[in-house]
Amino acid sequence: MPPLPASMTKTPSAAQLTAIKAALFALCLVPFALYARRWFDDALGANPIEAITRGSGDWTLRFLLITLAVTPLRKLTGLNWLLRLRRMLGLFAFFYASLHFTTYFWLDQFFDLQSIAHDIMKRPFITVGFSAFVLLIPLALTSNNYAIRRLGGRRWQSLHRSVYAIGILAIVHYWWLVKADILEPMIYGLILAALLGVRGWWRELERRRQIAASMPRPMPGAKVIPLVAKSPR
Amino acid sequence: MRILRPSDILPSEITPRALFEDRRRFLLGAGATLAAGAAMWAGLPSEARAAAAKLGPLARSPLSSDEPQTPYKSVTTYNNYYEFGTDKEDPAANAGKLAVRPWTVRVEGLAGKPRTFDIDELLRLAPLEERVYRLRCVEAWSMVIPWVGFPLSALLKQVDPQGSAKYVEFVTHYDPKIMMRRPVLDWPYTEGLRMDEAMHPLTLLTLGLYGEVLPNQNGAPVRVVVPWKYGFKSAKSIVAIRLVEKEPRTAWNKSAPSEYGFYSNVNPNVDHPRWSQATERRLGEFRKRPTLMFNGYAEQVASLYQGMDLRKSF
Repeated sequence: MPPLPASMTKTPSAAQLTAIKAALFALCLVPFALYARRWFDDALGANPIEAITRGSGDWTLRFLLITLAVTPLRKLTGLNWLLRLRRMLGLFAFFYASLHFTTYFWLDQFFDLQSIAHDIMKRPFITVGFSAFVLLIPLALTSNNYAIRRLGGRRWQSLHRSVYAIGILAIVHYWWLVKADILEPMIYGLILAALLGVRGWWRELERRRQIAASMPRPMPGAKVIPLVAKSPR
Repeated sequence: MRILRPSDILPSEITPRALFEDRRRFLLGAGATLAAGAAMWAGLPSEARAAAAKLGPLARSPLSSDEPQTPYKSVTTYNNYYEFGTDKEDPAANAGKLAVRPWTVRVEGLAGKPRTFDIDELLRLAPLEERVYRLRCVEAWSMVIPWVGFPLSALLKQVDPQGSAKYVEFVTHYDPKIMMRRPVLDWPYTEGLRMDEAMHPLTLLTLGLYGEVLPNQNGAPVRVVVPWKYGFKSAKSIVAIRLVEKEPRTAWNKSAPSEYGFYSNVNPNVDHPRWSQATERRLGEFRKRPTLMFNGYAEQVASLYQGMDLRKSF
């Protein structure tokens, strides 16, 4: 990727960052606002509860993927300040996941705890979706500076790496609930695979770089005598 | 069961009641259309639907449900018709491309007098009835729909089924130029019934709903409605009906045999492997309601399945 012009790689000032965050916050609420308006306008079609369930699920998955895209995007563009937006995006993933769960718990099941327990135990796609939601809770609770200080950066980071597993669970949840047309879950799945794959690749590159760095280096000016013939490349 | 004596004159030889009794209603309807047009022209809100041909007069059937009917708009905008897309709104948006005239239905296979019926002939083959049926989708939602049609048995009797015909296979229209090309299901969509199910008085050869010809997204111009089975058993836009000896493979059964059996009778006690069938959401209602055995038609159809293990023959 060609380097970006200097004007774009500049880190925004504190005031600019606040403005960016405020705009992003409003933008993240747009899907919620649209669904809320259509709910009150009775414009969600013949089965509004299903439309809300699907919509909140779609947006949970989208926000998970957007959150997971921040690190690759930062590395590719060099825009390190993007990292400052990640917490908000992740918390919006949790916000939409909570709406999704509430829709199921309230509108779909109407607090029928027995039926919900039965669903969670017996229906694999609900088991998987519920697990993903439960795993998101500690991440949401520790998405603040206090928790990072309290846990220490390393522990905090390893806790938050569980988002990779959550992403996979979310895809499986979607995949298992569709009847026959797996196109959409497959598209989401491929995006997730790319986002996780690029991390794996970078990690491998880093490992190789460290191995290379730890190799003994020849003294400056010394002549290196190859012990084995160079293999053709 | 009441046995009706067939009249000496074939119904198809008589001028259809629909034609000779309906002039007045047609004129009234035309007047209403003009009025609606005028209202729209005047910029007034109008309840008028897209101009659809009225069917009628329609005999009321004692087999009809008196439950509140699902609004026309919901019935015609919330559809599973995968050939026109897998989202519920897709068929209403895309099925307009389907040309429903000319249309013929071949009734063939193990029949003494196999032949092809034109759609206009089907509309006159037997007196049209309004049948208000519950429709229960395998996805756990339901509707109440005033269908228009006549018993499928009236059509099947025309071709003189042979004794060896044990099953009926429905083949539906498939045109890759206007329909989905991805092999989400094995196109063309096929369905099937056992012969006694196909001949049952509840099984309706359906040509309309809400007193009008079927909208395309609901399976125009001719479909079957089997109200005690999950909705996907009620094949849409039928082009051939085959009388066969062996149980036919069906589209959903081919796609997932462990999830969609040949019978697929509505049964609250046998769950779909991935979700419960104990309750359903009647469209327009907030709380779910319990699903009834055979979708509430147990009195009429339970005897068809006597001695069968409905967990195995799901």
